Amino acid sequence: MTILAKFTQLRESYQKMAAIGRDPFSVRFEGILSPTEGVLNGRRTILLGTNNYLGLTFDQSCIDKGVEALVEQGTGTTGSRIANGSYAGHGDLETALADFYGRQHCMVFTTGYQANLGIISTLVGKDDILVIDGDSHASIYDAAKMTTGQVVRFRHNDPDDLYKRLRRLSDHPGNKLVVVEGIYSMLGDTAPLKEFAQVKREAGAFLMVDEAHSMGVLGATGRGLAEEVGVEADVDFIVGTFSKSLGAVGGFCVADLPDFDILRVACRPYMFTASLPPSVIATSLQALKRMQEEPGLRLRLNANSRRLYDGLRNLGFQVGPVANPIVAVALPTKELAIAFWNGLLEAGLYLNLALPPATPNSLALLRSSVSAAHTPQQIDTAIELFAQVGRRLGVLPGMVQAAE
Amino acid sequence: MIPWGDFMTADLNEIVEEIISALGPTLPTPVTITTDTNITRDLGLDSLAVMDFVMVLEDKFDVSIPLERIAEVETIGDLARTIQDLRGRA
Repeated sequence: MTILAKFTQLRESYQKMAAIGRDPFSVRFEGILSPTEGVLNGRRTILLGTNNYLGLTFDQSCIDKGVEALVEQGTGTTGSRIANGSYAGHGDLETALADFYGRQHCMVFTTGYQANLGIISTLVGKDDILVIDGDSHASIYDAAKMTTGQVVRFRHNDPDDLYKRLRRLSDHPGNKLVVVEGIYSMLGDTAPLKEFAQVKREAGAFLMVDEAHSMGVLGATGRGLAEEVGVEADVDFIVGTFSKSLGAVGGFCVADLPDFDILRVACRPYMFTASLPPSVIATSLQALKRMQEEPGLRLRLNANSRRLYDGLRNLGFQVGPVANPIVAVALPTKELAIAFWNGLLEAGLYLNLALPPATPNSLALLRSSVSAAHTPQQIDTAIELFAQVGRRLGVLPGMVQAAE
Repeated sequence: MIPWGDFMTADLNEIVEEIISALGPTLPTPVTITTDTNITRDLGLDSLAVMDFVMVLEDKFDVSIPLERIAEVETIGDLARTIQDLRGRA
């Protein structure tokens, strides 16, 4: 019996999925031409599943800053910040993020995943309680596995349910940390954050918002959902990432707690991993600046989101509840979703196939993410390809017969 | 150690019955459930379905069932004893 025997079932379902067409979990691009176009199997393909919300991956000023840092400071830090020390850029980026969010403190992590993993698992000690939304991202679930405290789930985006669960814990002496996300990555729905903030105040809990998908997307200055709904004062911790709107990789947490910096010597996913290379720090810092200088990016992004969302909805597809940059189309079965995804890919449109258990309510999803860099024509082409493949597969309402 | 609100002594069998009646509608196919039924293996529930079912039980019994307690649970009997234990902490 091999040590991998436990994955037999997983392997079987993986192989079954890959047999329908291309393997959706190992797509390999031969080239990336721009934030919105790549080369796949020798053909130009529209990229509609990259979380590249502001399209800054090819921004000339970001590239210049990255190259400069690469030349002047080398390819990597080759170690963690507590062991090898920090470069000036790590501190500069932390200061810039703290300023941007109007907070006292910021810690930068090597990935967004590690920011959630580290901050949540370290804040919630053995006598504390972590309270998470049922549809939380894997990084939050993994933090829940890592914490020594108790973990309680509440029903997705349901402030009354959160209230009920906190009430049951009201006599528990430990601190309670409630974790929600600004925009949920699968359906693009936003948290009812105003209501959550009220529950948090009543229960005396701490509130963390993961703005990974909402930074640069929501709020008058792009700070995310908390800014958009005016509850920043109620949010004790904001976690985010550089790998979406800022076009790089990395994560951060900002907070106003006076002793926040003690986490730098307590938080293992911060301490025991190599810090971000200088070039990544430099491009992230420049992208943060570009995001602030150019609010037009956000306006273009939101117009594109609306265009795709309305276009797909008008065709009769089942989309998420709000027109955010994540536009997910739900299909009745996993098999149909896989066939649809393959059809789009063959037609020159790349997006994400999202299947249970990574999706809420066991939905089979075609997940798009829109960029400010998409032209309206690219969005229209995407909608047209959805229509073509949808008709061919008999997915669109009233066209089941026509597809035969 | 931890007060959980209204203290109620509940017979373990009663809890098992309640669990079984709550489980019924969530199962894809009807199965005969006993205290020895293994929740993931015999009922075919994945980890997410188990966590969702736990939320239903939390509401039914008005207790908090922390996720780490679920990790120890294999059978319906284990689950009932966990709930009995959590309810008993008044």
